[in-house]
Amino acid sequence: MSRTSNSQLHENAARIEQLAKDMGLKYYPVDFELAPSSFMVEIAAYGLPVRMPHWSFGLRYIHQLIRHSMGHSRIFEVMFPGDPCRAYLVDGNTLAENTLVVAHVLGHADFAMNNQLFSRYHRMAGGHILEKAAAHAHRIDDAIREVGLEAVEAVLDAALALEPHVDTDQELHRDRYPERLPVAGAAAEDPFRERFQQLPGAHEPVQAPKQPPRAPVPPHPEYDLLWFIAQYATEMEQWERDIFLAVREESLYFYPVFACQIMNEGWASYWHARLLREADFLPQSLYLSAIKTHSDVVRPFASGEETALAVNPYHLGFSMWEHIVEKHGLEKAREVCREEDDFGFVRNHLDQELAEKLGLFTFEADRGGEIRVAGRDLNRIREAIIAPKFNYGAPRIAVSELHHDGTLVLVHDHASDGRGLDLNSAERVLGYVHRVWRRPVRLHTVDGRGMSRELLADSKY
Amino acid sequence: MTEPSDASMRFSRIAAETPWYELFSRGARDWLRHNQKVREAVKSSLPELLSGSDILSKPSNNRTVLVPVRMLQHARFRLRAAETESGAGQGKGEQGDVLRPADAQQGEPGSGQGGTGEGEFTFVVELKVDDILDWLWSELKLPDLKPKHSASLDDPDLMREGWDKRGARSRLDRRRTLKEAVKRRAIQDGNATPFTNDDLRFRQLVKRRRPALNAVVVFALDVSGSMGELERRLAKLFFFFALQGIRRQYTKVETVFLAHTVEAWEFPEEQFFQVSGSGGTMSSTVFRLASEVLQARYDPSRYNAYLFYASDGENASEDREAAVQALEELAGKLNYAGYAEVGRSGMRPHPTEINEMFHELERKGFPAAAALVERQEDVWQAIRTFFQDQAEEAA
Repeated sequence: MSRTSNSQLHENAARIEQLAKDMGLKYYPVDFELAPSSFMVEIAAYGLPVRMPHWSFGLRYIHQLIRHSMGHSRIFEVMFPGDPCRAYLVDGNTLAENTLVVAHVLGHADFAMNNQLFSRYHRMAGGHILEKAAAHAHRIDDAIREVGLEAVEAVLDAALALEPHVDTDQELHRDRYPERLPVAGAAAEDPFRERFQQLPGAHEPVQAPKQPPRAPVPPHPEYDLLWFIAQYATEMEQWERDIFLAVREESLYFYPVFACQIMNEGWASYWHARLLREADFLPQSLYLSAIKTHSDVVRPFASGEETALAVNPYHLGFSMWEHIVEKHGLEKAREVCREEDDFGFVRNHLDQELAEKLGLFTFEADRGGEIRVAGRDLNRIREAIIAPKFNYGAPRIAVSELHHDGTLVLVHDHASDGRGLDLNSAERVLGYVHRVWRRPVRLHTVDGRGMSRELLADSKY
Repeated sequence: MTEPSDASMRFSRIAAETPWYELFSRGARDWLRHNQKVREAVKSSLPELLSGSDILSKPSNNRTVLVPVRMLQHARFRLRAAETESGAGQGKGEQGDVLRPADAQQGEPGSGQGGTGEGEFTFVVELKVDDILDWLWSELKLPDLKPKHSASLDDPDLMREGWDKRGARSRLDRRRTLKEAVKRRAIQDGNATPFTNDDLRFRQLVKRRRPALNAVVVFALDVSGSMGELERRLAKLFFFFALQGIRRQYTKVETVFLAHTVEAWEFPEEQFFQVSGSGGTMSSTVFRLASEVLQARYDPSRYNAYLFYASDGENASEDREAAVQALEELAGKLNYAGYAEVGRSGMRPHPTEINEMFHELERKGFPAAAALVERQEDVWQAIRTFFQDQAEEAA
């Protein structure tokens, strides 16, 4: 097979794009770029083409590189929603593969413009995450030059460890809590009194206390840990707060991709299959090898296997979209695409018929490593598929209190998570956080027997 | 902000190549930083790591040591491992079918954590023995050794210095000569002579005196019946680091390996630690042999001589006089004599015979010291004692 010839790819891409528009895909235009696979490995490790430096990315990079060089993982494209969207294609791939990938990326781009989670982020942050991430990286490089690698690394250790601990329902630019409690019984609270300040015979409005009491911080359990620390740390420098907010911004950017993975990959796969099927201008041989690539990626198990202990999101999403379009039509599919995330998608649209057709099951693995089929109950299957996605895939940990001496009190919501934290890693994270928070940090969770445990990170001990 | 309808009017493009990323790999940079952190972690726990690993096997041949380390992990909050993990799968199978038998991944669930898909692999750091010693020396705050201050120790040395227009033909510097010719021809007209006598340049030699940087280290080991496996291992570790410490300082270090029971023999290095004898201990024999070896092969005017002696401290009482005398005679030839008493001291009289002898030597003003090495950790203390002491003596 020949390598991608650029002019041919340009031509195919232009015609596929025209076809996509004719078929009603709506998206911000995509800047495609051909990149060597070494760079793709890097993007896969960092999540962004230019991102802040940290040794943990180096570790991911080397894992990715090893997997890549052993042939376990092949990256076809990386696509970043935005305006314009950015997509990187592997320059060494065949023309057929890259033609397929162009169609796939257009599917992603359509999804990103229309899905509510993606468009919410787009509204909050604008369409230039790559430039923003690069700016974060440069600011951090500057900080390293100014205060030294060790100091910046300590902040990144803490901030990146808390990466998924953001409140994804909050705004990107979030104000501090109100300083004072709302005044109880204030006249303005009552729309009736507002209109008729003085009614004949009414009592004089009770004089509100001059200074309403200070509101406790936080006023409610706060799950937006990165934001809270950046806002309320008493002893952090401004550049340290900026790093926390930079990590938070990138984390919020990744959330729609995380929370819509099945839908998004499925949607893109649905569209690449459909666009290629209808692209009668493509030579037959190219179509065949492209569709071969499709079936290598969008498949339930590795070749030669009969079962898989994971559900391939490409395959599941693709099958679900085909199913929905077949049963309810494309308009319904578009509506689902706009309104759902993976939770709603799987719970509302994975039906018994499809689950049986796909052969989905739940399994259980005991501590000895033995894995058994647990059953084929639809609800359990749905919950098992979405279970790793709750709360951004991280334990639910909230700030419950900020003491007067600056102690940060964290509480793990072990009741919703079903069990306690791994104490060893929790202790290390507390250590990271304590280094930048600089005051004591406490964490409440439970141990293996369900007994409550308090961890403390404090330099005095 | 662009409206969707508006956006749809615009078309995507495939960029011309802008391969900035081929010049710089963030991944490689951060990976190097990870490795640097691993090295720092290794460094801080070096003494434990070294005493645990088998670094003494063939250290001199390949001058590097392989230390297996785990990759650093960037911790995040995560839940403790569940009794039973569950998930969704796809394929054939009835309820209760075993998809994977228990032994397929034995041990992994037991360790409970770590491998969350990222895969858990340790990697091996290759450390240079010299680097280790640099770290150790700075960790233990050890001073560098001082060669003997003695005029007789100065080697005359011929060194190159400067050039002259005359000299022996063998010292003609052709490169310089050619340069001179080129310079001359550059300012002359086209048909200048290729070379003239004035172009010739000869290297000049001068005589310099420099301190002798040769050292000989005599390792003496008691191999009598009372020296068990533990004692030998401690002695070996002690000798190894003493030797490495001396190697840091001298360009050329020769070693002599002597073992003794009631007699003393010289051994090649490979056999030295395998030797075992039986019966009593007469240390005078090994001191005398050391003196002879130094006398015969290592001219004291050209060599800095060190003795390291390891024993369990026992010595036959009838040998006492002879040993003291032999040791004193030997100490006169030495820059330094170090004694490590290896093994558990609980059983022995304290101070032991030999310990007493070295203390006596120290009191008489000879450069000498004794240390107890009961466990591996003590080796560092012993090394520190010797090297600090030695530096003070020499100063």
